[in-house]
Amino acid sequence: MVEKSKSKIKVLLKLFLTFFKIGLFTFGGGYAMIPLIHKEVVEKNNWINNEELLDIIAVAESTPGPVAVNSATFVGYKLGKIYGAILSTLGVVLPSFIIIFIISFFYEQFMQIELVGYAFNGITAAVTVLIGSAAFKLSKSLRKDWFSAIVFSLALIVSILNKVEIIDFSPIYTILIGAVVGFIYYNFIRKGVDFA
Amino acid sequence: MIYLQLFWIFFKIGLFTIGGGYAMIPMMEEEIIAQGWMSETELVNFIAISESTPGPFAINVATFVGATVPENALLGAAVSTLGMVLPSFIIIMIIAKLFANYSKNKNVKIVLGGIHPVIVALILSVAMVLLYNNTSISTTTFDLNWPYFLILGIVVLLKVFVKKISPIFLIIISAGLGMIIYSII
Repeated sequence: MVEKSKSKIKVLLKLFLTFFKIGLFTFGGGYAMIPLIHKEVVEKNNWINNEELLDIIAVAESTPGPVAVNSATFVGYKLGKIYGAILSTLGVVLPSFIIIFIISFFYEQFMQIELVGYAFNGITAAVTVLIGSAAFKLSKSLRKDWFSAIVFSLALIVSILNKVEIIDFSPIYTILIGAVVGFIYYNFIRKGVDFA
Repeated sequence: MIYLQLFWIFFKIGLFTIGGGYAMIPMMEEEIIAQGWMSETELVNFIAISESTPGPFAINVATFVGATVPENALLGAAVSTLGMVLPSFIIIMIIAKLFANYSKNKNVKIVLGGIHPVIVALILSVAMVLLYNNTSISTTTFDLNWPYFLILGIVVLLKVFVKKISPIFLIIISAGLGMIIYSII
């Protein structure tokens, strides 16, 4: 009994520290966090697998609140129920809370530091590569069929057009359409696909 | 009471903005600027700060606005941030609980089978649009942002040739390279 609660505390502490680290090194919000979550939560700790990470991002993107915080709460709950959720969320929020709180007292000066902007320009290049490579890794868990390929390609086009503001189509609708066509395709058109 | 008011306004913003981040800006303009807590210019400046500090934009704004309370900045920042996080925290907890029960359901799996390609596409689109937006240094004329491509190339090489390199390490290296290269040019 004592052993069990000890290992539980260990998991909770690890959740907090992992998400603190993720919160500290995520620049540029939301999706910039995915490569870090993938590294720490999927590859390093094996807490969830690729498919589960995709599920979590889908849920996080279609519910209110920042994707980063939502993912932390979800992973935390899965591993440590309510305490896990609280500690992961606290961990992911705390770094930005501390940094912004300090900056808020001299933000006029902070804005004038050119080096901060230069560092961020550099980080943007790394984040581009990291997000691209996370997409590549996650794509390996997709079903290898024509349906996936077509849905992926169409969603990619729509999402890019939306981001460069040529069309106005929220990602949540793209996700919903994916859900509906997936349901129709695998239930009525191509029956008997093994979803074990 | 200012703390309750802060909590409530950020709770509302947290509850009604799906997709997070920049989807929150219109609502923030309405609520925060209307209250006189921040001016339009301050909000725009803050977006720039938020982009060069870690953490989600939404959380950063809540903390920042809360910290402007003159009597007790820490309490102001804490209640605002809590207000922002709480709605999604509660909603995700409920979904995570349901998910644990239904994730083995065949129809749920089928629906997720349709969603997964969309999510991978969304992630890839973020990287592609980042690449597109950073091609030129100037937004009006084309002026190749070569330091961006140089750092991008270095990161790709490190990622390919150094097994299990940590993303954090790559972020730190690229920050350093950015400071050096953009200072020189």
